[in-house]
Amino acid sequence: MATIIIPTPLRKFTNNTARVNIKANDIKGVVNELTFNFPDLKKHLLDEQGNIRSFVNVFVGDEDIRNLQQEQTPIKEETVISIVPAIAGGMS
Amino acid sequence: MLLIEQKPLNEMYGDALESYPDECCGFFFGKEIGEERIITNILTVNNSKEGDKRRRFEIAPKDYLNAERFADENELQFLGVYHSHPNHPAIPSEHDRVAAQPYFSYIIISVNQNEIAGIRSWQLNDNFQFEEESIEKQSINQNK
Repeated sequence: MATIIIPTPLRKFTNNTARVNIKANDIKGVVNELTFNFPDLKKHLLDEQGNIRSFVNVFVGDEDIRNLQQEQTPIKEETVISIVPAIAGGMS
Repeated sequence: MLLIEQKPLNEMYGDALESYPDECCGFFFGKEIGEERIITNILTVNNSKEGDKRRRFEIAPKDYLNAERFADENELQFLGVYHSHPNHPAIPSEHDRVAAQPYFSYIIISVNQNEIAGIRSWQLNDNFQFEEESIEKQSINQNK
């Protein structure tokens, strides 16, 4: 099963679990399974259209899925997936 | 409530002054005891915003991943993000709010050319709105 590393700010929605193991074929399957198991995560990961929010980055190993096959990026048993919140802001 | 130890407070202030007139940014760590968050360590991070760094900041994903690793390796709680507002109050903007994450504390340091003008901290509530949290600046006994 692939391992998903949950970032600190979202762990309160995964019962404080930092690593979740999920069996899926691609990133879309991983996100579907993750939000099914932890429904409170959904509004933090997905927009109203069900797509991964622009302020959420998903990495497979060290690579952003935007540089791979996006949500169709295939997953293997040993794949480590990191959810990385985009950290940004500023005074205006 | 946030309790900020003297060393990380000085480091955040130093970063804000050195980065002026650009916005500085970084992460802070420590421990949680009930409702209290005690800040013991910070990591300064490069403002990777392309464009006007005087009013915007951005942190690269690899720097975020390093921060999670730093917390794990040092058995610290990853507590939040700080940044500066040069020549501007320590009040979050709409841009700050939209990009903010749950759980994290967001410290904003208001800085002028030669001095720190203020420091305040904010946290998202369940309605995705910022609420201010109080800050106490003092040295904390590590064994407390």
